[in-house]
Amino acid sequence: MNRPLKLRRRLPRRTFLKSAAVSASALALAGCDNLSRTEWVPKVLNSVEPLNEGLAKLIGRNALAQEFSEKDRSPAFRSNGSDDPDTDQYNAWVQTKFADYALTVGGLCEQPRKFTLAELRALPSRTQITRHDCVEGWSAIAKWKGTRLSALLDAVKVKPEARYVMFYCADPMAQDGTDLYYESIDFDDARHEQTILAYDLNDAPLPVPNGAPLRLRVERQLGYKHAKFITSIEFVSTFANIAGGKGGYWEDQGYQWYAGI
Amino acid sequence: MTDAATPAATPAAPSSYVYYRHTLPVRIMHWINVIALTVLFMSGMQIFNAHPALNFGKSSYNGIEPVLEIGARMKPSGEPQGVTRIAGYEFDTTGWLGLTRGADGQYARSTFPTWMMLPGPQWLSMARSWHFFFAWVFVLNGLAFLLYAIASRHLSRDLKPTGEELKAVGASIREHLRFKHATGEAAKRYNVLQKLAYLIVIFFLLPLIVLMGFAMSPWLDAVLAGWVDIVGGRQSARSIHFIVAWLLLAFVFIHVFQVIVTGLWNNLRSMITGRYRVTPEVPHE
Repeated sequence: MNRPLKLRRRLPRRTFLKSAAVSASALALAGCDNLSRTEWVPKVLNSVEPLNEGLAKLIGRNALAQEFSEKDRSPAFRSNGSDDPDTDQYNAWVQTKFADYALTVGGLCEQPRKFTLAELRALPSRTQITRHDCVEGWSAIAKWKGTRLSALLDAVKVKPEARYVMFYCADPMAQDGTDLYYESIDFDDARHEQTILAYDLNDAPLPVPNGAPLRLRVERQLGYKHAKFITSIEFVSTFANIAGGKGGYWEDQGYQWYAGI
Repeated sequence: MTDAATPAATPAAPSSYVYYRHTLPVRIMHWINVIALTVLFMSGMQIFNAHPALNFGKSSYNGIEPVLEIGARMKPSGEPQGVTRIAGYEFDTTGWLGLTRGADGQYARSTFPTWMMLPGPQWLSMARSWHFFFAWVFVLNGLAFLLYAIASRHLSRDLKPTGEELKAVGASIREHLRFKHATGEAAKRYNVLQKLAYLIVIFFLLPLIVLMGFAMSPWLDAVLAGWVDIVGGRQSARSIHFIVAWLLLAFVFIHVFQVIVTGLWNNLRSMITGRYRVTPEVPHE
């Protein structure tokens, strides 16, 4: 009589434990989504960001990104994000093939000024065939030519207290034409040999979908750092009070500022 | 009451006993690994959801079709349909891949069912945050395990197969296929297939998936420019990373299956308290 009784007592316990385990994992799954919406969990998760960035500075601070051969180029360079800013000002520039476009450079520098495309083309340039890695996961290879950002920094004499280079763009991210795209990089990347303000893509002037007339190439970071349709550049000591305060449009939406991984 | 009736049988049979199978560090690192790999897999699937295609080569646009592509489209009838294309062959995967039911029961565009991803709904930036945090947990935990396994001789004593064992691989395969499992004293040691499976995971699959993760980082690619070409380029690395993730999941399924068929509670307890009950075989007469 003892045994069946024991069995009867044990069976429900096991079923209970099993169903408890199943519902616990279901709860854990739903819990993770709720955790993502708290304030502290993303903070904890993103605590490794300085670790990644610090390690990047430690190994390969000046390392050059891989460059490719002509045959590696993608048949067509994919456009992502904004394809066309389509604002009155931008459309007017397109009408004149950017003849009256000028890049405004200011902020923490001795000689703030404007640069026409012809002036930018006259500065030291670099041509490179590099791979563009989107945060989504795809890659495309293309040939870029542009003004070395370091040459531009020297031309306007950046002040030593400047810590970041801000790039302000012509493309609005909100339907109502506001929320202009922007990005920022530090001076390690700004002075890097392969960091250029590209005006040519595959030996032709940069097309509108790819960021005409000027886009950033910062080869050791993901695509969203490569600001397109750049209208002005500013040197700042902090970006805490610019737009969302995270240093870029996508950063304000939760993406990492350091986009080397 | 039947036991009492046969007093002669009891003294001859050796009684079962409990022995200390897994040390505390191994138990802790095992469960950290379970959590880390679960989060990494699920957040990894959410990251894949942002570009649900696999390519081989240096770029995604090299004129070669993706080997795998998951998406959704409208059928001519106007009904949405989940479509998976593998090496040029198309499969209707509505409900599982491409088009799945959300929490509200409605069909929606989603590479995998939301319960398989972290976060469930499309949210790339958050998936990356989860992935990179637990990548650190996983790598540090893995390194700690490696150091411990070497220093404590867990690796040489428990995981390294002996020459004799290797010669008996064929017999071990036959035993596994017949679901025949070691009992008694023999159950205290890992069998040769088990050892090989663990060694392949520890020294091949896990380092490979980490390395292929590194290969997707534009910064780490630049540290030694061109190293990703060893596997054919960044997109090959991404595909290998994805495939190895599923191989690891297959390993987990087999592992859990073996845990269940060789005594779920005994095995589970040995990975929680360390104690494993050995029931010696009744000697044949």
